[in-house]
Amino acid sequence: MTETKLTARNVDVFYGQKKAINDVSIDIDNGLVTAFIGPSGCGKSTFLRTLNRMNDTIAGARVDGQILLDGEDIYAASMDAVALRARVGMVFQKPNPFPKSIYENIAYGPRIHGLAASKADMDRIVESALTKAGLWEEVKDRLTDAGTALSGGQQQRLCIARAIAVSPEVILMDEPCSALDPIATARIEELIDELKESFAIVIVTHSMQQAARVSQRTAFFHLGSLVEYGETDQIFTNPRETRTKDYITGRYG
Amino acid sequence: MILTGVLLAVLGLGLVGWFAARARARLLYKGRGSMHSMPTYHGWHMALWILVPALLAWGVWQAIMPGLVNGAVFADPAAATLPTDPMTLGAVMSEAYNLAADPSAAAFNPEAQAMVEPIRAAQTRFGLIGAALVLVVAIAGGGYGFTRIRPDFRARTQVERAVLAVLLIASLMAILTTFGIVASLLFEAGLFFKDVSPIAFLTGTHWSPASTSGTDISDNFGAVPLFWGTIYIGAIIAMIVAIPLGLMSAIYLTQYAAPAARKWLKPMLEILAGIPTVVYGYFAALTVAPLIRDFAAGIGMENPSTESALAAGLVMGVMIIPFVSSMADDALAAVPRAMSDGSLALGSTRSETIKKVLLPAALPGIVAGVMLAISRAIGETMIVVMAAGAAARLSANPFDTMTTVTYQIVQMLTGDQEFNSPKTLSAFALGLVLFVVTLILNIVALRVVKRFREAYE
Repeated sequence: MTETKLTARNVDVFYGQKKAINDVSIDIDNGLVTAFIGPSGCGKSTFLRTLNRMNDTIAGARVDGQILLDGEDIYAASMDAVALRARVGMVFQKPNPFPKSIYENIAYGPRIHGLAASKADMDRIVESALTKAGLWEEVKDRLTDAGTALSGGQQQRLCIARAIAVSPEVILMDEPCSALDPIATARIEELIDELKESFAIVIVTHSMQQAARVSQRTAFFHLGSLVEYGETDQIFTNPRETRTKDYITGRYG
Repeated sequence: MILTGVLLAVLGLGLVGWFAARARARLLYKGRGSMHSMPTYHGWHMALWILVPALLAWGVWQAIMPGLVNGAVFADPAAATLPTDPMTLGAVMSEAYNLAADPSAAAFNPEAQAMVEPIRAAQTRFGLIGAALVLVVAIAGGGYGFTRIRPDFRARTQVERAVLAVLLIASLMAILTTFGIVASLLFEAGLFFKDVSPIAFLTGTHWSPASTSGTDISDNFGAVPLFWGTIYIGAIIAMIVAIPLGLMSAIYLTQYAAPAARKWLKPMLEILAGIPTVVYGYFAALTVAPLIRDFAAGIGMENPSTESALAAGLVMGVMIIPFVSSMADDALAAVPRAMSDGSLALGSTRSETIKKVLLPAALPGIVAGVMLAISRAIGETMIVVMAAGAAARLSANPFDTMTTVTYQIVQMLTGDQEFNSPKTLSAFALGLVLFVVTLILNIVALRVVKRFREAYE
């Protein structure tokens, strides 16, 4: 039995005068991976960024409609966007480790939120986050090395570990493998599969194979609208909408 | 006179050559593919053949003609009566040349008057020879250029080479000038260091170049108080003002300001950089310095002077703000947005992101900007001339009057000066020190910036 983590109702997003997202309503459940697919510029990344209010950091962006996290309106005046982002973490398209040591990259979030009472506590948090991200064995002897000195795939797992370290409830991933080679991609996909036990995961991807491999639910976006949303198996084998069928069979995209 | 006329004639010939060659080439042109180069290129090729050799000949003749004229004048019978003492001879000859150039002037020495006619005759003779030579070269060049006009001649390629040469010469000009400046600085400073020991100059603490007392002249040229004044005003007081204000305005402009606010504020800040330094100078001298003097009197200092290191340093700091701000702006803007997004997505506030991620990442660029700002501040002259004072003094009291390297250079080189005294030459030694220090600051800063840029590409 799954429970609903995030609920979006009639969400519109504007960049200045331009409407980027048109009337999207969707329920995202705990304990599984939800994939957003669709052609470039369809609004899937824009919509993803509304879920932790990262769009607030873009000048001229405006969101209408309602998004609830555990029933709480995240765009309500009483909601602190900064605190929200600690609950809804995000991993970006290109690995973006800070120009600090591996240890400091992970400790950054916990330190800001005061999650560790002592150095030993912090060590534990760092080890646990790196272990969950499957990176501990590779880096445990060189925690003081620069995070930017790791390979691309390792950097992305470091960024995932960094997001995990603040114990979020949801992790948003914006095309996390698009800058990685197939082997590093496979590692991240395995990792996503393990992480879904602890977090609700939403992943935006360009690769339909990836959506099919890692997700249980798939949402197909086109021209700023949510065309179809359902079980991944059903979307890929028996889409209800012709536009979905055209996209997954490669008629456009 | 004649040679100026011939210059115009050569330019005229060039123009004629351009049209003539183009017209000739047009006669040969039989449609697309019939000639390698279009007629206009033949025109340019011809014009270049007329102008370049003729102008070179003109320049060479300008350089050797005074010697030839002089030789002819001394060979004249009138020269027999000239004085033999070299100094008197020089004075008479220079007067004679002035008389020859300006018929309305009255003669002071009869010997000079006697030389005017031979000089005029020699100048006319060699001027005509030179003019003829230049015209012959121009016509010969043009003739050669004209014979090259054939359908298969690659005039276009030749013109392209000429363009390359012109551009190369233009870019060498600035570099050669720099070398010239360095050479003259080194030469004059060398003369200075013949009289004054470099060690006394760089380590001595007594600066009174005008005084002639003392057993060793080196004792009067201890430049440490000047270096201290320069550093205290330019690198300490000015930076205490410019670094925090410049950095904070850059942070506001890049991270907080709405695009509309940025559009207005940034150009306004840059206006500060466009104000002539002399305006800053009188602002410092007439507005800031009296305020500081009153303040110093208010906190109980006795006889505070109107001029003070603090007045000059504060105004210099304000002047440098846009400089620091725009370098810091560039450095912050060069940090990828993904970096601040990563921090914001972890639930940190904007100022936490700036403090812990952006500033550390941009630090090398900011440091480089500060170094360039310092190198500008210590080379700044007008503000210290007007507001800092003239007393060479080793003091840490910002209300004291102090002097700087640039101020002393101005002092040494303005007004009537004997050009060979150590007092005047000291300006070149000071200039050399300033040049070396700012050069090092600039090189280090540019290297830091370069390495920093590479890190994010």
